[in-house]
Amino acid sequence: MAGKTLYDKLWNAHLVAEREDGSALIYIDRQIIHEVTSPQAFEGLRLAGRQPWRTSASVATIDHNVPTTPFKSAAEIKDETSRIQVQTLQDNTKEFGITEFGIGDVRQGIVHVMAPEQGAVVPGMTVVCGDSHTSTNGALACLAHGIGTSEVEHVLATQTLVAKKMKNMRVSVEGELGAGVTAKDVVLHIIGVIGTAGGTGFALEFAGSAIRSLSMEGRMTVCNMSIEAGARAGMVAVDDVTIDYVKGRPFAPKGADWDKAVEYWRSLVSDDDAVFDEDITIDAADIRPQVSWGTSPEMVISVDANLPDPAAESDEVKRSGMQRAYEYMGLKPGMPVTDIKVDRVFIGSCTNSRIEDLRAAAEVAKGRKKSDSVKQVLVVPGSGLVKQQAEQEGLDKIFVAAGFEWREPGCSMCLAMNPDRLEPGEHCASTSNRNFEGRQGNGGRTHLVSPAMAAAAAVAGHFVDIRELEPA
Amino acid sequence: MEKFVRHDGLVAPLDRANVDTDQIIPKQFLKSIKRTGFGPNLFDEWRYLDEGFPGQDNSQRPLNEGFVLNQPRYQGASILLARRNFGCGSSREHAPWALMDFGFRAIIAPSFADIFYNNCFKNGLLPIVLSEDNVESLFKAVEGKEGFRITIDLDSQQVIPEAGEPLAFEIDEFRKHCLLNGLDEIGLTLNEADSIRAYEERRAEQEPWIFQ
Repeated sequence: MAGKTLYDKLWNAHLVAEREDGSALIYIDRQIIHEVTSPQAFEGLRLAGRQPWRTSASVATIDHNVPTTPFKSAAEIKDETSRIQVQTLQDNTKEFGITEFGIGDVRQGIVHVMAPEQGAVVPGMTVVCGDSHTSTNGALACLAHGIGTSEVEHVLATQTLVAKKMKNMRVSVEGELGAGVTAKDVVLHIIGVIGTAGGTGFALEFAGSAIRSLSMEGRMTVCNMSIEAGARAGMVAVDDVTIDYVKGRPFAPKGADWDKAVEYWRSLVSDDDAVFDEDITIDAADIRPQVSWGTSPEMVISVDANLPDPAAESDEVKRSGMQRAYEYMGLKPGMPVTDIKVDRVFIGSCTNSRIEDLRAAAEVAKGRKKSDSVKQVLVVPGSGLVKQQAEQEGLDKIFVAAGFEWREPGCSMCLAMNPDRLEPGEHCASTSNRNFEGRQGNGGRTHLVSPAMAAAAAVAGHFVDIRELEPA
Repeated sequence: MEKFVRHDGLVAPLDRANVDTDQIIPKQFLKSIKRTGFGPNLFDEWRYLDEGFPGQDNSQRPLNEGFVLNQPRYQGASILLARRNFGCGSSREHAPWALMDFGFRAIIAPSFADIFYNNCFKNGLLPIVLSEDNVESLFKAVEGKEGFRITIDLDSQQVIPEAGEPLAFEIDEFRKHCLLNGLDEIGLTLNEADSIRAYEERRAEQEPWIFQ
């Protein structure tokens, strides 16, 4: 019998019941809750007179539409509809007895930064949240994926989901990453190779020596964008990096439980003889710093390349998508990526707002200044704890000296539900995850990049190859 | 949940791939704490020439006449014909809520993003996968005849265009059963409460830290 993949093992360990029609009931260990996709779920519980199955399984925080300027209470949020959502989450978590890291709590932050940081996510768990970037948590060898609000309610009420097993895909990145090539460049390159729907229907395991060489935070960046390759869940097997990361975190197992846990967690790797439905290998040496040029994450290219020609695309649907993207982005085929001028820069989001991301951006910002042609550079830490750590290291001072703005934690301009946003036609170097039309503001033009590349674009006023940056 | 058994409706074609849920319902409308009222803002950035915000009177806004759903021939459409990877991106269930609220009951495309596909079934909206070739011929048929209608029969799993051969589609048995009967999935799952408790006891032995 063939061996099992990591996904097979996680699936089997959470199987409550299998039904004759091929669907299964899967147990959910952890649900992360935020203000935007939960109100209707709590309302559903109330209408049906139901209680949460197990309140300790849930942990909540506010992130999607909180301002990134300081505020001390919900009443200080100017946007009325945002204020109502923040207030509603407070009321709901209180009513149902769910832990919330709310306003003024140093643990408050972006759901997928907060949860691993707190140890609320540990290896071997099933993790869901009403947010597609829940895949981030798969970096800890979890089965983690986004769900809709009806499923948020289903998990609250039953601690399970009705699911069907996905297929297995592995993407192995082998070899050493070049200078200036980060986890973000790795995942953007992967999406460019397999396409934005390449992972649809699959659970995606990231493997290979280049993935193993990444820190836990780097692995989170990679798993975060699985969904941009179509895969709901992305994951990385357990190794020492995983275990060292989890140790000592507030929610992590302690004492005898810790030893027992580590012993079990060590088994959370794909067996050598496991068979994947799709198995792709990428040479790390082929990956250069990436910049997205279009309106889908698969429209991505190396910083030292010229923009692609739609005429060379044989697939008609893809070709018309590229043409539409050029029109929306105000760019021309054949133009060098480094000629694209940048109006604003956003450093943050569940993809790239952890301490290592901020350090990478600060390293570029140190001793340099924002270009006069760049209107604004926002640096938004992923959580209150990330912010605190960055300030202890003096990163905030480096950013401010460079003319960047140092903000409070939240999702911010990744989806522009709060006041941080692009104006129509503006180009943004963004460390976020989606370059969809209007994502960062109506008519805004997003270019996805790594934190170092974003900081370099802020300084130069256009994209630059981070490998060729002159010393400050 | 609303039942879906058989539906006959006018078809509107949305001829672009990778339509994401940010496009289906832009973020400023996610601030609602309700499940209804999203229809007027479905495809907001494509449908209107100005920028939309929650609570405004949409009937006063300038329409993008070129956008397919604004064209007179597609008024009252309840079946959306789309291209590959429809519903990619954010997991927001507001996307199916907006499509339903607008009046759509089914979407036909060569492929859907996983989370969106799943969310549709929770709301009585039927996503149907047909081959690229079949979708292409439906696009041609819709373009070729004003008022082109399709009947969808869920029980026999058939898309029946007003002209041409019926097209069979696949659907998961459990989802079909729930749609045909308009079942409350939570109620069904709670019938298995004993299995869930037994599972928890077993797990708590092996991984006690999960339950602390």
